[in-house]
Amino acid sequence: MKTNAFAYVRADTVPDALRLYAEAGEDARYLAGGQSLMAALNFRLDEPSTLIDITRVAALRGIVADADAIRIGALTRHADVADSAVITAELPLIHAAIGHVAHPAIRNRGTFGGSVALADPAAEMPACVLALGGVMEIAGQDGTRHVPADAFFLGTYETALAPGELLTGVTIQRPAPGSRWGFAELARRAGDYAMAGLCLMIAPDRRDARVVFFSISDRPVRARAAEAAIIAGASVIEVAAVATDGIEVYGDLNAGIATKRHYASVLLRRELARLDQQEAAA
Amino acid sequence: MTLHAYDRPVSYIGASVPRPNATRLLQGRGRYVDDKVLPRMVHAAFVRSPHAHARILSIDVSAARALPGVVAIYDGADMAKVITPWVGVLTHLSGMRSPPQPALAHGVAHWQGEPVVMVIAQSRAVAEDAAALVDIDYEVLPAVCDMDTALAPDAPRIHPGLDSNLCWERKFETGAVDAAFADPTTTVVERRFTFGRHTGVTLEPRAVIGDYDPSEDRLTMHYSGQAPHMMQSVVSRHLGVPEARVRVVAEDVGGSFGIKIHTYGDEIATLAAAKMLKRPVKFVADRLESFLSDIHARDHRITARAAVDADGRLTAVEIDDVTGIGPYSVYPRSSGIEGNQVVNLTGAPYDFPAYRARLRVVFQNKTPMCQYRAVGHPIAVAVMEGLMDDLAHATGRDPADMRRINLRRDDSYPCTSPQGMRFADLSHQQCMEKLLTLMDYEGLKADRDAARARGIHRGIGLVSMVEVTNPSPMFYGVGGAPIAAQDGATARLDASGAVHVANSITEQGQGTETILAQITADVMGVTMADVHVTTGDTATVPYGGGTWASRGAGIGGEAMLQAARALRAQVLEVAGVILQAAPDTLTLVGGAVVDAATGAERITLRDLARTVYYRGNELPPGLKPELIATRHYRVTDYPFVFTNGAMASYVEVDPDTGMVKLLSHWVVEDVGTILNEKLVDEQIRGGVVQGIGGALFEECIYSDDGQMQNATMADYLVPMAGEMPDITIAHVCTPTRTSDLGAKGAGEAGTAGAPAAVMNAINDALRPLGAATLSQMPMTPERILRALGTVA
Repeated sequence: MKTNAFAYVRADTVPDALRLYAEAGEDARYLAGGQSLMAALNFRLDEPSTLIDITRVAALRGIVADADAIRIGALTRHADVADSAVITAELPLIHAAIGHVAHPAIRNRGTFGGSVALADPAAEMPACVLALGGVMEIAGQDGTRHVPADAFFLGTYETALAPGELLTGVTIQRPAPGSRWGFAELARRAGDYAMAGLCLMIAPDRRDARVVFFSISDRPVRARAAEAAIIAGASVIEVAAVATDGIEVYGDLNAGIATKRHYASVLLRRELARLDQQEAAA
Repeated sequence: MTLHAYDRPVSYIGASVPRPNATRLLQGRGRYVDDKVLPRMVHAAFVRSPHAHARILSIDVSAARALPGVVAIYDGADMAKVITPWVGVLTHLSGMRSPPQPALAHGVAHWQGEPVVMVIAQSRAVAEDAAALVDIDYEVLPAVCDMDTALAPDAPRIHPGLDSNLCWERKFETGAVDAAFADPTTTVVERRFTFGRHTGVTLEPRAVIGDYDPSEDRLTMHYSGQAPHMMQSVVSRHLGVPEARVRVVAEDVGGSFGIKIHTYGDEIATLAAAKMLKRPVKFVADRLESFLSDIHARDHRITARAAVDADGRLTAVEIDDVTGIGPYSVYPRSSGIEGNQVVNLTGAPYDFPAYRARLRVVFQNKTPMCQYRAVGHPIAVAVMEGLMDDLAHATGRDPADMRRINLRRDDSYPCTSPQGMRFADLSHQQCMEKLLTLMDYEGLKADRDAARARGIHRGIGLVSMVEVTNPSPMFYGVGGAPIAAQDGATARLDASGAVHVANSITEQGQGTETILAQITADVMGVTMADVHVTTGDTATVPYGGGTWASRGAGIGGEAMLQAARALRAQVLEVAGVILQAAPDTLTLVGGAVVDAATGAERITLRDLARTVYYRGNELPPGLKPELIATRHYRVTDYPFVFTNGAMASYVEVDPDTGMVKLLSHWVVEDVGTILNEKLVDEQIRGGVVQGIGGALFEECIYSDDGQMQNATMADYLVPMAGEMPDITIAHVCTPTRTSDLGAKGAGEAGTAGAPAAVMNAINDALRPLGAATLSQMPMTPERILRALGTVA
């Protein structure tokens, strides 16, 4: 479990990082928190020629809020996202989910943007970004472009990022006042990747709904049938019944396809019921 | 005034003192194998078979050899010239067979992960670079993975020299089994159990350094393991170095759980390479190769049934166990003991007259299976305790009453089980009653029933059990293995008045050195800081078996007690001469010889030692200047010293998800004399957690073609603190009659009983829902959903 021999360079700015990548070529990798990359290197699942350390690029770090949106810098550590008062107040979905990202030691080093860019289908942050309709800010040789979350996650570890492009941040519009949210996952042990997980955003008066499952398919997936049912005013049971309609579900060692479909339905039913109870109480 | 034992300022036996070595380990001053850096040392990596069963057609190492930094490359043929193969059978397991096993696969690879080529380089990283360049051409052979189909007449044979894939079969019967089951007045229950494979997952992986000095033909093995003297013999036998010139050194060991007590080809090849290269070679298994090459455990499919008469008394038990052991019986302990323990121990807490067992030990193309913590016990306990709950349910009895009716009576010892196991000094009835009080059984049942009414599904699981500890030579030595059942201890007084002790049992983190210091300090009347303990080095400790089968405290501890007493007698004899007093009027307190009647100090141990060592002229000619004693101890009269205990689990199951929440766990254990309650409780808690691992989390998952699917710490689920319940422990103390110390073993009880307790609790929780009985471990959420019929 030793990595291959690789070159190491450190970038101080985003242009610097892009230039170093252009010099090193496609076998280079950006190193951020390293919590997935270093394991992959130790297993020799990946044998890069060069690691470009971007952890000193100050512009990539931090959370900024303006009147309309919250921007999370790609290098912001999970632990800093968890401690952010802005996130806690404005994006409680992310605040609820972040505690489920692995363990404290990993959250101290792992980064928000690293998780989103890696696009592990079982990871929480990509699912949150999709549920919140985030927009990816991507720097490349030709400047900066923006890609909505719906067009970003393409498959297992597969995103709209082209080789050499760097995810610099994610911008999320403030949810409308009165929006409701839900997060739930089922993992065999605290900190494990979930067997199934759910991120839920419902706009006031059910004008809109985004239902995102993670860890049941090859990417975080929107449950379009369930979303339509919520908007149409269907009952909790009716919505849960169509939870995975139209979704290609993949099994894994802990849960087969049927179990994942069942879990997705249970999670959705429970979260919707909880929201209904909350509403009734209020 | 006479000194009472309680007046002694240092009375250590029974005190929960902290471990003296904890400070060193917590400061990062541990001396594990990988911490050792020897001059001119090089590093090994292994190319392992990617196939479960494959013929090796060709091996091309030219590209690997050309890599700068590569020192040597060896394949199976190279190693066969310098290492003789080993055969893992024991003669007392009659009829057992296993073919000779080479250090590196030679001709055919028999499991995914078997070492095939060894690469040695200036660093482990370079060795791995080179290993990736080794080109091996395989012809994939049919893999025999399922233990049931492995015995089919048309199954591919793993070993062409054998007429089937059967390693060993044992059948025996006592009493009128058929008559008991045929009796129309009895109630009979039958159940099929499946126990998955799991493994040890030690924090420190297996590690070895071979260091050969050709000038003296001496080979030193720096070893992360439990049985230095056994390894000394194994290494000598198979590398052709005289036994006395093999030194095995096990300093700090980061956990073992039984996995570090076997002969591993990669370790022996590392020693052979050191001998050939005449320079130190280090091999440290990484986590991936640990999962594929450390022995696996369990892997049983069992059908069992039991009958009770109208009064609820057991009349017969029958068990049929098939267990898969991988392609070889592991050397030198064999892979037959696990199954043998299952058939020997099933039903051990209960008094019944008729028993029939059949055991089949089967070869497969999977990682070798062998002894791991609580060998066979969790299986035997889960089978019998599962049947006891089934019988309670079938006859309308409370599970506690079912056990009360059948437990061996505390006044019935010594006695012998239908399997011929001889029991003495056990306390099943006391332990069960204490457990039921400790857990407030009646209150808990009321809580469970009230929760059910609210739609919350909780369940209670009860267990009675025995544990084999302090084994005599009847375990291994009788079968021809170079494994000592006795252990030795030396105690000596140095010129400063400090006591140095050496013992052949070993420390892997359980506190062995602590209890040795406690016993010595207690006998010698010194503080523990004045006792210096050495273990793990064949060059300096007395000959003995090491640490396994919960034998450290009971056997090594008794040897320590006797050695310390002998040293004490020497000290008092010298003191008597110096002080012109009868030795029996003197005693040892506070680092000094004192008057036994008044406690008045007469001479310090330091002054006494200096007199003996420096001013022997002051002593009479007949008095030998000896302040050192060695004593050895083995268990006689009984093949094993059994312990017993009772355990309970309280769980909550979410029937929507199959998730199990462990609410509480209770243990009452009788380990005889308790040397250090904190250490005993840590052993029990750790054991319970490891048992829960097997019950709920841990499983080596294989594909149909013999590929392990989850050989990482992300995918193989070890039990973690977050999911564990509080574990409440209480004791009953019935010292063993076999020793002065009276200590029985404590290392494996938790692992033995916990899976059954959790299984029974889950089934109790699910019973009102009409679920199928859970009998497959680990009991995963998905398996629970299947039992409920939620998913197919």
